[in-house]
Amino acid sequence: MPLFYYLALSVIMFTIGVIGVILRRNALVTFMSLEMMFNAANLAFVAFAYHYQTLSGQLFVFFVMTVAAAEVAVGLALMVAIFRTKRSIDVDQLSSLKG
Amino acid sequence: MTLAVHPLVLTLFFPLVGFLALLLLKEGQKSALRWVTLIASLVTFGLSIWVTVLFLQNGKPLDMDLPWLAFGDLEVRLHLGADGLSIAMLLLTTFLTPLALLSTWTAVQDRVKGFMMFFLLLEMGMMGVFLALDLVLFYIFWEFTLIPMLFLIGVWGGERRIYAAVKFFLFTMAGSVLMLLAIIFIGFQARTFSLPELVGMREVFAESQMLLFAAFGIAFAIKVPMWPLHSWLPDAHVEAPTAGSVILAGVLLKMGAYGFLRFNLPLFPEATRTLAPWMAGLAVIGILYGAIVAFRQTDVKKLVAYSSVSHLGFVMLGIFSLTPQGISGAIIQMVNHGLSTGALFLVVGYLYERRHTRQLDAFGGIWKVMPFLGALGLIVTLSSAGLPGLNGFVGEFTILVGSFSSPALGSGWFAGISALGVILAAVYLFFMFEKVFLGPVKHAENAALKDLTFRETLVLAPIIALIFAIGLFPQPVFDLIQPSVDGLVQVVQSAMLALH
Amino acid sequence: MLLSETALPDPTFALVPWVVLIPVIGLLLNLMLGRRFNEKLVGAIASLAAGGSFVVAVLLTLALTRHPEGFTYTVFTWMAVDGLVVDWAFRVDTLSTVMMLVVSGVGTLIHIYAIGYMHSDVRHNGEPARFRRFFVFLNLFIASMMILVTASNYLMLFVGWEGVGLCSYLLIGFWFEKGKDGLGNAKAAKKAFIVNRIGDFGLLIALFIMFFAFGSFDFQTVFAQVERVAQSLPWVLPAMTLFMLLGVTGKSAQIPLYVWLPDAMAGPTPVSALIHAATMVTAGVYLVARSSPLYEVVPLAQNTVAWVGALTAIFAATIAVGQRDIKKVLAYSTISQLGFMVAAVGMGAYVAGIFHLVTHAFFKALLFLAAGSVILGMEHSAEHGAHGHAHGHAEADPQDMRNMGGLRKKMPLTFWVYLAGALALAGVAPLAGFFSKDEILTAAQSFNPTIFVLLILAAFLTAFYMGRQVLMVFFGKPRTPAAEHAKESPPVVTIPLVVLALLSVLGGLLNFPGSHTLGHWLEHTFHTVEEGHFVWAIAGGSLAVALLGIFIAWLIYGRKPQTSPKAHDPLEAPLGGLFQGMARKWWVDEVYQAVIIRPFEVFADFLTHPVDLGVIDGIGNGLGSLTRAFSSLWGRLQTGFVRTYALTILLGVVTVLGYITYLALR
Repeated sequence: MPLFYYLALSVIMFTIGVIGVILRRNALVTFMSLEMMFNAANLAFVAFAYHYQTLSGQLFVFFVMTVAAAEVAVGLALMVAIFRTKRSIDVDQLSSLKG
Repeated sequence: MTLAVHPLVLTLFFPLVGFLALLLLKEGQKSALRWVTLIASLVTFGLSIWVTVLFLQNGKPLDMDLPWLAFGDLEVRLHLGADGLSIAMLLLTTFLTPLALLSTWTAVQDRVKGFMMFFLLLEMGMMGVFLALDLVLFYIFWEFTLIPMLFLIGVWGGERRIYAAVKFFLFTMAGSVLMLLAIIFIGFQARTFSLPELVGMREVFAESQMLLFAAFGIAFAIKVPMWPLHSWLPDAHVEAPTAGSVILAGVLLKMGAYGFLRFNLPLFPEATRTLAPWMAGLAVIGILYGAIVAFRQTDVKKLVAYSSVSHLGFVMLGIFSLTPQGISGAIIQMVNHGLSTGALFLVVGYLYERRHTRQLDAFGGIWKVMPFLGALGLIVTLSSAGLPGLNGFVGEFTILVGSFSSPALGSGWFAGISALGVILAAVYLFFMFEKVFLGPVKHAENAALKDLTFRETLVLAPIIALIFAIGLFPQPVFDLIQPSVDGLVQVVQSAMLALH
Repeated sequence: MLLSETALPDPTFALVPWVVLIPVIGLLLNLMLGRRFNEKLVGAIASLAAGGSFVVAVLLTLALTRHPEGFTYTVFTWMAVDGLVVDWAFRVDTLSTVMMLVVSGVGTLIHIYAIGYMHSDVRHNGEPARFRRFFVFLNLFIASMMILVTASNYLMLFVGWEGVGLCSYLLIGFWFEKGKDGLGNAKAAKKAFIVNRIGDFGLLIALFIMFFAFGSFDFQTVFAQVERVAQSLPWVLPAMTLFMLLGVTGKSAQIPLYVWLPDAMAGPTPVSALIHAATMVTAGVYLVARSSPLYEVVPLAQNTVAWVGALTAIFAATIAVGQRDIKKVLAYSTISQLGFMVAAVGMGAYVAGIFHLVTHAFFKALLFLAAGSVILGMEHSAEHGAHGHAHGHAEADPQDMRNMGGLRKKMPLTFWVYLAGALALAGVAPLAGFFSKDEILTAAQSFNPTIFVLLILAAFLTAFYMGRQVLMVFFGKPRTPAAEHAKESPPVVTIPLVVLALLSVLGGLLNFPGSHTLGHWLEHTFHTVEEGHFVWAIAGGSLAVALLGIFIAWLIYGRKPQTSPKAHDPLEAPLGGLFQGMARKWWVDEVYQAVIIRPFEVFADFLTHPVDLGVIDGIGNGLGSLTRAFSSLWGRLQTGFVRTYALTILLGVVTVLGYITYLALR
């Protein structure tokens, strides 16, 4: 399959992820969209690795997955803490740093 | 001389010793706090006398140069020096600080520790300004004086103290930032920050000297303060506590004039020469404007603040006359103004402590109730008005004579119009004296006021003594500053010759 | 500390600093220790100090008879800055000794008089403790005046010049809580000081020009270079002399700066006598006389001075006619007589001017002191006399001549000395005033006929208003109970009066036609003194004019004296508006108030409020508001919404990457 198809899919996934981060108010959905962005990047890495027959792309996917996992852990912990006071995970309600 | 022993370093950093001692004390030990600070400032005064003696003995300026920071080939050094001009300013600083502290013995009752600590830091900063011979070091000390003053006004001041303190800070800072730009520029051009070296290699930045003069000049002009950059001063003076006002008027304002003499004239003489009539013009406006506006004030401290604008206009006129008489007169007037206006603020402060008001209308007939304060107040008023025989006249007259015959100014009109300031000074000063001290005792509260205490007299006495001494025997001061003055006049004149 | 190189021709000359130092010691003694002394001791110390100054002046004069060319005694250098070198140096010459003798001589008599006068005055005003302060100020005055007349350079003269101005302020405002609305005296004092300062401004400009052209303030140095400077810088001498004239009009109360002197009568009478009649006001005359080498070369300046003097003489004399306060008459009379002196020195008749200065010091001091005696008598009788009269409201003004009358029977000694003074002032031979005034008139006649006419008219009016005054005060019947019960003053008051009366009568001998003692004496200083002529026609004419004035005064005031204190002045009806003008001093003060003072106040208000607070402060505060506005504007970027920030980051990344891609593709 031509490289182009994989990259196109990656771009579409990334865009969907970005739109999700910007447009959705639910923090969990934001995190899911973020995961989608990570996976889009992973796809791009693997596609190139396959195309240029090099392993480093595939290795990098491991790094990305680790970082994603750590980031989600921290993020979800933050959301739990915030939920305790705000009783909501609506991102738009976290605006006290306004102005 | 090694670092530990050099008199300049000792004098400059001794207030830090006092500062450290204060750190060990607690807020509750008010008496101890005051005494420690007073003793520290008196020792510093003694040290400055020692420096003066050394200077007079050696006949040449003291100097101390040590390496400090290095950025490749560009160095910032710990370069301190004292010539006649610096020593006059140093003595003024160390003389007024203990007096200001003594005057505020009972006035400041809360957060005394902070007050005393800031005062000592301020003293150190001021001395540093007058002793620094490295541009960056000068800038550091210049900015250093801003913080203690900001707090002194902002914490221990009057009702609008925050506004006044912030205004003071922002005005001065704005000017200083320009000066910093200029300093960095010079440093990069000349690869050195040391003032004596820079004077010798002026050609390196000579093309940009108009801009550099302006940059330094604006910073100093705000400090002096020159018209029209003066509007921070009335608010700062009114809201500051008495000791703060005394030091502000007595020393801090002189830093601006000192800056012109120490930097603008020797480093940018051609620009000085070209801009002299303009600066003198602003000075004349300041003289008249300050006097006229002072006349219409209802707050006595504001009146004295505007009188400072007027008096320092004379100093600026003297400096930019670029003649020996003008500059000598200017320097001696810097000292005189510190003494007279400092004393005026002390008198006003004593009245404020008793009545907690500064409105002129609240007084009247005070000479009858407090004859001693009346007499001393009269002497200080006359000194401010430039009565011959007292110190103010010596400075004013030499400035005017120098400006009249000045080739740089080229016209007798500057001096002629400024001489009107003599009439106007009498107008507002005698107006003030009459409103406060003369007439019948209109308000019942005034009838029971107590005359000066021993402590209050002790503070005023040395100043009054100097007012008479400098008025009748000014020659020692003239002799002290003469080499500096000659040096300055020479630099400017040789530049003028090179121009033609 | 002695800097003069030349050896002293006479050791007495070294005493000259003591004419200043002795009064200083006197004032310091009274200032520091006076609280422990009783009144007599304070007065004695002060009078001895003034007397000591007089003794030194006499010794110096005697020494001068042997060395009439004079001597300059330098004590030390006051200021030396590059070319500006000013010494504390005293000049002993014939002119300065004349001034010294007058100041200290008349001064000592007035000190003695003041002991008695102030004893009453401080009790009348309820402040016995202030007695000491008066004598401290009086001694300070003597010291300052001595500095003025013994100065050997213009700057030292200026020190004394301003010093006497200060003493004038302190003494006019001595009762600083009294006067109209409690502030009247303080305001009068302030007016005196500020008007004098305007004159001083003129003198300062003259000094600047002097240094610019001559490089020095020393009399000898400047006078020696007059020729050279007149050639090379022709504008210098006219400018200098005319600016100096401004100073003279301030200190010597000439047009246009005379307005402080009548108000200065608010001070106690000894002050009016000493400062505003005998000595301080003569400083201007002395200045012109001393600067004669400068004025001689500038005919324009000489003319101006003479005209100013003559116009002032007649103008003030007209005002004196309409006054009803005994001291105000004398005040305007002083201004008028100063006009005579100023006119004289302007015309180059220096000896005549100084002669009149000396005689005027005698009889004007006498008149003021005697008027003080009259006022004391009126005050006392109002306080102690008038038994059984319960005057609930304000008593009659003791200085208003309408309340007097018939006092020659109640206070005979005062009357006789007053008469002597009045006749001397009017210029009746053979009293002193006749000779000195006559010399001036003679000089005027050959100088300028119009000035001569003006001065003759002024002389006529002088005789008239003095006659009017003597008749209103001493003749007729007492018009109020205060006058009815007036008593003579104690000897400490009357003895100095007698001495001064003798001097007024015999003073003409100083420069009697024929012997011209004073003229010869002053010749050593002036070098261009003409022999004073005695022209019988003018002498006779001036005597006739004086007698005519007195006669007309008798016709109006003497034949049918007023009987009621509220009656209108007999001149009021016939002269109508003219009399109003004279009584209201031609509204000069009101004009000054409207044309100078009020506009200045308005201008000052304008500068203070709209300009300083509005514009300049406004710019500063405006910048602050602008910054705040900007910051709140930009602050809206910080919405607080995370999603907005994310969008911004996205846009930023897209832009940067897009740009890089675009560059890479090119």
